[in-house]
Amino acid sequence: MMGTRGYKYKTSHSLSGPGDGGRTGSWRVQRPVINTELCTPAKRGAEACFICWLYCPDCVISRTIPPAIDYEYCKGCAICAEECPTKAITMVDEADWHGDGVAAACEDEGPRPCT
Amino acid sequence: MHVIDNGNVAAALGVKLAGVQVVAAYPITPQTPLTEKLSEFIEAGEMRAQYIPVESEHSALAACIAASSTGARAFTATSANGLLYMHEQIHWAAGARLPIVMCVVNRAVGAPWCIWNDHQDSISQRDTGWIQMYACDHQQIIDGVLKAFSLAEATSIPVMLCYDGYLLSHTYMPFEVPEEKKVARFLKPFKPSYALDPDNPANLNTVTLPDIRMDVTGEMAHGYMEIRYLLQEDLRAALSVAQDIEDEFAQIFGRGGNALLEPYRCDDADYVVVGIGSLTYQLRDVVETLRAEGLKLGVLGVRLYRPFPDQALADALQHARGVFVIEKALSYGYEGALCSDVKAALYGQAADGRPGDGPGNDRLPYVKGLIAGIGGRDIRTADLTDILRAGITATPGGRNAGTLEKASDWIGIKL
Repeated sequence: MMGTRGYKYKTSHSLSGPGDGGRTGSWRVQRPVINTELCTPAKRGAEACFICWLYCPDCVISRTIPPAIDYEYCKGCAICAEECPTKAITMVDEADWHGDGVAAACEDEGPRPCT
Repeated sequence: MHVIDNGNVAAALGVKLAGVQVVAAYPITPQTPLTEKLSEFIEAGEMRAQYIPVESEHSALAACIAASSTGARAFTATSANGLLYMHEQIHWAAGARLPIVMCVVNRAVGAPWCIWNDHQDSISQRDTGWIQMYACDHQQIIDGVLKAFSLAEATSIPVMLCYDGYLLSHTYMPFEVPEEKKVARFLKPFKPSYALDPDNPANLNTVTLPDIRMDVTGEMAHGYMEIRYLLQEDLRAALSVAQDIEDEFAQIFGRGGNALLEPYRCDDADYVVVGIGSLTYQLRDVVETLRAEGLKLGVLGVRLYRPFPDQALADALQHARGVFVIEKALSYGYEGALCSDVKAALYGQAADGRPGDGPGNDRLPYVKGLIAGIGGRDIRTADLTDILRAGITATPGGRNAGTLEKASDWIGIKL
């Protein structure tokens, strides 16, 4: 394992920027998955809603069409899923996640694209 | 320049000479005249520094931590309950590796309120990660402030320079004020290894996880345990750094010599009394008296208490048959902290085999811990002489072996 003997600071030191607390995506138990058929900006093709972007405490959701989630840092807190007015965001167990953009839990209802 | 003044003024003159840029302190007896003198220097324009008036000792050290984080040379001073009120920030300053210097003018800790001298205040802070130096006279105070800044900045570890309340802080003694030109040679301007920069904002001493982690630039950063290990490693290395600085000081100023211990007639001593601070100079009179009676006593003053000079101490005691540790503080519920440290240092040496004795501890000296001067109880030289004379003759193998344990461990107790 790589050690920290050569690290340039004697104590803890953080610069502003994503991920200074580590790749917090590994903390996640459930993954938020956006259904673009229900998501307002995706559906309308216009800048609208973005309540998920506004509420995300870790700023990992982009203000884009459709919104994109940065899974490197998303801790899976589910606030976006709770706040989404169209219920476009589903929390999927990471254990059921195939890693190919399709959630096993969603398969019964047909594949859902994931951003 | 040769002057006659009190110990607090000696400290203030040292702080002025050290080119301190920020002073934040809260008055507490017997430290008050030190910080009053500093505020006078600054008000009169004799010292180009910022004096930050604060509402508490906790804030005083917090202000110094902030100042030091920006790369300023920072100083504070306190005593007793003021020191304890700082306690959380004392740990913080060490963990943050800031080379702050603080004078601790030693005073008893309440309750009950007691303004007189003992060492309970600073000894109780021994585990905070600060370097602790103890001065025995005014020359060691004024020189000590300069050495403390040099040591703090060389190691990125804060330093407490401790000296006895009243016995040193308020008594007048002659001492030499170091020449400014020589000070400039000895103490270079403070160049911090890291300083806050408004153009490159950063968070310092943020939450660290139990394990190491990647920082924002992708470099593997320390976890809490690595940061604390490095503090311990650098503290142990500070033993030799302190001696190097002492040697450099002696070369420039022509005085000083041993940064760790100050032995007096220990070379041929059968018995050695170990202590801290001005008491060890008082004990020199006892050494003279008892040597005149044929009892070979020496005194070993501990100048640097943390990091503890265990190896040097064990070496200095290697021929002693009996060791007396007299201290003005104790770890309540056990014994004097210095006494435990001395025993541990000797045990470490015994495990390695005492020189000339072969392995084993059969030749370890008898160690007797004594408590004196708690809350400023007068320590009379005559009493010290009587106690040590009795102690030496009662040491196992001595004339009155077996009577030693019956004597009180607290010198001068009147129960």
